[in-house]
Amino acid sequence: MSNEKTLGEVLRQQGVTRRGFLKFCAATASMMALPPSMVPRIAAALEKARRPSVIWLSFQECTGCTESLTRSHSPTIEGLIFNTISLDYHHTLQAASGTHAELAREKAMQENFGNYILVVDGSIPTANPGYSTIAGISNLDMLQDTAKGAAAIVSVGTCAAYGGIPHASPDPTGAVAVTDIIKDKPIINVPGCPPIGVVITGVLSHYLTFGAIPELDALGRPLAFYGKSIHDRCYRRPFYDKGQFAETFDDEGAKLGWCLYKLGCKGPTTYNACATTKWNEGTSFPIESGHPCLGCSEPDFWDGGGFYKAISMPTGDITRTAVYAIGAGAAAGVALGAVNRARKKRAEKAHEKVTINDLEKDG
Amino acid sequence: MTETELLMWARGPALQVATVIFLLGVLVRILEILVLGRKASLAEARGSAVAGGLRTIVTRSIPDRGTLQRSTFNIVAGYIFHTGFFVVLFLFAPHILVFQDVLGFSWPSIPTQIIDATTIVTIIALLAVLAHRVRHRVMRFLSRFEDYLVWFVTILPLITGYFAFHRIGLTPPTLIAVHIISVELLMVVFPFTKLMHAFTLFMARYYNGAIAGYRGVNS
Amino acid sequence: MSDTGATEFRVETGEALTYNVIPLLHEIRHGLARLLENDAATTIDLRSIPMAPGEEERIISVLGTGEVEAHMTAMGPSEIMETRFPGVWLVTHYNTENEVVGKFIEVCDMPQILKAQAEDIREGLAQLTAQLA
Repeated sequence: MSNEKTLGEVLRQQGVTRRGFLKFCAATASMMALPPSMVPRIAAALEKARRPSVIWLSFQECTGCTESLTRSHSPTIEGLIFNTISLDYHHTLQAASGTHAELAREKAMQENFGNYILVVDGSIPTANPGYSTIAGISNLDMLQDTAKGAAAIVSVGTCAAYGGIPHASPDPTGAVAVTDIIKDKPIINVPGCPPIGVVITGVLSHYLTFGAIPELDALGRPLAFYGKSIHDRCYRRPFYDKGQFAETFDDEGAKLGWCLYKLGCKGPTTYNACATTKWNEGTSFPIESGHPCLGCSEPDFWDGGGFYKAISMPTGDITRTAVYAIGAGAAAGVALGAVNRARKKRAEKAHEKVTINDLEKDG
Repeated sequence: MTETELLMWARGPALQVATVIFLLGVLVRILEILVLGRKASLAEARGSAVAGGLRTIVTRSIPDRGTLQRSTFNIVAGYIFHTGFFVVLFLFAPHILVFQDVLGFSWPSIPTQIIDATTIVTIIALLAVLAHRVRHRVMRFLSRFEDYLVWFVTILPLITGYFAFHRIGLTPPTLIAVHIISVELLMVVFPFTKLMHAFTLFMARYYNGAIAGYRGVNS
Repeated sequence: MSDTGATEFRVETGEALTYNVIPLLHEIRHGLARLLENDAATTIDLRSIPMAPGEEERIISVLGTGEVEAHMTAMGPSEIMETRFPGVWLVTHYNTENEVVGKFIEVCDMPQILKAQAEDIREGLAQLTAQLA
């Protein structure tokens, strides 16, 4: 299924000139968040790259990740990623269905065993594998089976990377991430709800160009896109530093574009490329549109204390606890005080003397 | 446990427990003193006890000249770190949000650069205070475990807070969780140590002022 | 973005925010000096810098337009324009749906992409030879 021709040959076959190819490399470098000085290297690598077979498995997902990916591309530049990869299996994008589709998948796996890229979106239910099946095969089985011959696995979206929304409390399906199931293959996490479209293709491009997975952080995310927090790249940072915050969504501060920390922004604890790469070809991102960051590329962001509660705020009802504690303390204090008074009276009556021991006792 | 889970634990159950221990402990200790009461003075009142008491609460904040000359370092360093501590605790926006959540009202904050500088000054003052305690013969002789413990739980939130703000060392969620836990440690240790002076100092000053005021004397 | 609210917003943030405009202009200035001394080109990827709303427009309006404007069609249109500072070029790549896929400031005597590439020349020579044969 995958072509034996190199990417350079494929492009030339399609009538792309060298100049066009250089433009493609410049755009790809920008997409991969690599410096322009790397374009010659990328050109050299892409020239020789072979079309890998890609199998895309969709589990417990909302298809938002596929939407993000396909929305931001046209069939020339980034879309060439799809011309240059052989997307052998994808529920939403493929034409085949039913047994033919499954046969296509199996054929791709056999022909490219050990070399294909497995892309997964959606979480895997473990409470009862029957909660999510494809052609009668449970997600768990399909993942384990398909992962065997994969060269690398890309978990697209927070669901595949960390469990996502199905994993949120009370987690009725026992949803887990790909990394919880597969332990013996290199896995790249590309989280986000959904991830930025160009980030997904950037990661695939990186693998295509260099034949290796990019440098990853402690949570398995490519450092090129997830190395900095939103807070560190946010254009509203000067307002945070000066202590100018929006208190509500439509007050003066909000209109002047002040920091959204008090409205629950999770920017400081979230790592993603939203603040620089932005969405929809650099149009905007949530904070620029006036909404605090949800922290959607972090594990358990759904259970992170509420989208509109600032990071420093307590998650429970402390006021009620405080009132009860004060009440209990007052009662205990009065009671103990009464006991002390009684003891003191008794001591006075018995003419007890104060000894050094009493004085040294710490209160 | 993931980072998010740690942060959620610090902001959730850990804070609940710390709040209970702190408030319950503080109230028990204050009420123990109050309920024990004082012996009624049978002499004739020559002035107002209440006025004297309230006045002394304020005037005792100004050190008298003799004390200032003898213990200059203690007083100056002490004032610097106490003031700095309160400024950082009560005038930093994320902290005010916590108080707003608990109390229901808030107050304006000051620019973060000032808080940042104040934190450094406060940490330096606290380090100086410890150095003094260790090097001064008499202070070293008098110091026990509790004195060092109390110093430690006071400086820890300042250091962890500074690190959390500047993202030094660990990932931000972990740094923030560590900072919140260090505050919870301070809260839990508070009622069992001399940190109670934060509340009892007002009672002590009042008593002294009241006794003198009753006798019609300035204290 | 629309009407009065947005306009005030833009003026406000353009002045007060990430201060990208001045540092970027300095980087271009250094690039021009390097170009004169060592014949070394500099490329800045505008999409890698966190811009506040309106900042990119300000930078481009400060750079202005110069004597050369080139339009290229290869895998979609591209605009290569010399700014009012000779040697400072603004290169914008679009795909066939007119979406921006790359935006660069190149400090050089001429962007590489404008030059005819050896491969393409060879291909053209072969075609011309075949046609004349």
